[in-house]
Amino acid sequence: MLARTPTRSPGPIARALDRFVTNRVAIFGVCLIVPILVLILSYPLWWSFRPNDIDLLAMNSGPTAKHWFGTDGVGRDVFARVLEGGRISLLVAIGSTAIAAVIGFLVGAISALAGRWVDATTMRFVDLVMTLPPVIFLLVLASIAGTGIWPTILVISLLSWPLLARMIRSRLLELRERDFVMAARGMGAGLPHLLFRHGLPNSIDILVVFATLQIANAILLEAGLSFLGLGIAPPAASWGNMLNAARSTAVLEQYPWQWLFPGGALVTAVLAINFIGDGLRDAFDPRAELH
Amino acid sequence: MSEPLLSVRDLEKHYTSRGTKLTILQGISFDIGKGEVVGLVGESGSGKTTIGRSILRLIEPSAGSIRFDGTEITALSGSAMRRTRPRMQYIFQDPFASLSPRMTIGEILTEGLKIQNIGTRKERLERARQALERVDLPADAINRYAHEFSGGQRQRIGIARALTLGPEFIVADEPVSALDVSIQAQVINLLRDLQQRLGLTMLFISHDLAVVEYICDRVIVLYLGRVMEIASSADLYARPQHPYTRALLSAIPSPDPDVRRDRQILKGDIPSPANPPSGCVFRTRCPHALPACGEAVPELRQTAPGHFKACIRDDLD
Repeated sequence: MLARTPTRSPGPIARALDRFVTNRVAIFGVCLIVPILVLILSYPLWWSFRPNDIDLLAMNSGPTAKHWFGTDGVGRDVFARVLEGGRISLLVAIGSTAIAAVIGFLVGAISALAGRWVDATTMRFVDLVMTLPPVIFLLVLASIAGTGIWPTILVISLLSWPLLARMIRSRLLELRERDFVMAARGMGAGLPHLLFRHGLPNSIDILVVFATLQIANAILLEAGLSFLGLGIAPPAASWGNMLNAARSTAVLEQYPWQWLFPGGALVTAVLAINFIGDGLRDAFDPRAELH
Repeated sequence: MSEPLLSVRDLEKHYTSRGTKLTILQGISFDIGKGEVVGLVGESGSGKTTIGRSILRLIEPSAGSIRFDGTEITALSGSAMRRTRPRMQYIFQDPFASLSPRMTIGEILTEGLKIQNIGTRKERLERARQALERVDLPADAINRYAHEFSGGQRQRIGIARALTLGPEFIVADEPVSALDVSIQAQVINLLRDLQQRLGLTMLFISHDLAVVEYICDRVIVLYLGRVMEIASSADLYARPQHPYTRALLSAIPSPDPDVRRDRQILKGDIPSPANPPSGCVFRTRCPHALPACGEAVPELRQTAPGHFKACIRDDLD
């Protein structure tokens, strides 16, 4: 057993990645999301219209060679707006997911490791946040925070962390009783050491899966908020506020390209990220370690 | 044995489970002298591990006093306890659960030094290498993960980890019971060797009486969280006094098929700690029990120099 491998052997994360790359659906998700990201990030370099440029000669024009995805009612290029909307939607999604992951991990981990009273108090608080009806909570928060990118990030992250806190807590409650954690305590380990040397590496699977699924979820939440006029306010573009246009029957029936393309981008991105999230969840499944 | 290194008095541990009080340990008292190896034996559920973990405050005892080198361990604050921890270390029973699957052996062996802020990264790795050498593992193990090692190798890594902080006192919690018999002797000899070379004081928890006889100077016999008998190994194995000890000793398998022994098979199971028998807890399974045994908890009395037993019957033999 010892003689076989070279000096450095694959760690648990490397083995999870090995399993991930053999998952066809997940790789399909990666193949969808990578081109989308490349387009979104690089479009100002090669596309001749800015998202807020107005082409007065082509209002409500359908897809043409000049405007690939057509234009909207004031002559703005839909292709540029879809890509710009993608930037904002993904920024909001990634930003709010990062904040939710940090809050969720810290609350869950401290709750599990810092003793019974801290645990009881924080978990009742988590219960409280979770019992609030999400839509109403979202609307109230959004009306307090206002519109724009940062308020939207804040609103979505404040809604999303409790679920993660619960998952992290239950993982670490189990971890706390494991012998190797007890060994660390026996050597004098304090809370920060337990949090970051044992808690974090042993919840990395939960965090990765939460992050991917939450990004997809946050894109949808942002779209929902913007659709209601509480997320990203026009003239800034986002996939949600572009779909807002579909509320008018005239647009819905006569200018389908104005909502079809942002809607399609939204569905594709969310689907791709969900595929990746499912793949990561399977890859990190502890039962897979048995094979 | 002048001043004992470790002195335990009236240690108790209770749990409350759905309103019923479980008495796991009651009135545990013993001393361990510097450099001594003391065995702690008893069947499953008798509280051996609870004693070992309470002494290191890996679990908090409910009552009682634990003095280590003159310091009352139970009264230490969190930070004072952290400073004391390097002097007392624990070896775990299950070598598969005691090593983190997400850390390399190098990280596992330097963890304690890092926690205690000892040395630079380089010095810590050097000490990890020395620790590996001390337990006869190759130095290149340092970059591998625990799952690449066999049970015996893992247990030796666990021993190496316990030694990195240079402890004086070690609790070895059934360090070989999870291993193949062929590996057990290796690990036991390693432990004994290290104990003698480093002058360690050790509490050796086991249910294997043959191993305990081989490695221990003195033995504490435990039953349902109470001390039944304490004596030097030689004395205990030659002249067991408590009926429970006699039953245990008669159960040791003998390698000589011609030797016929009077097997004393105990009837029934160890009683529940939720509802322990009154008086002597062993009386429900004791072949010599009298009505008086149920009336008062027998005290641990010295019956010969250094030999203590908790049994009212002195008329056996």
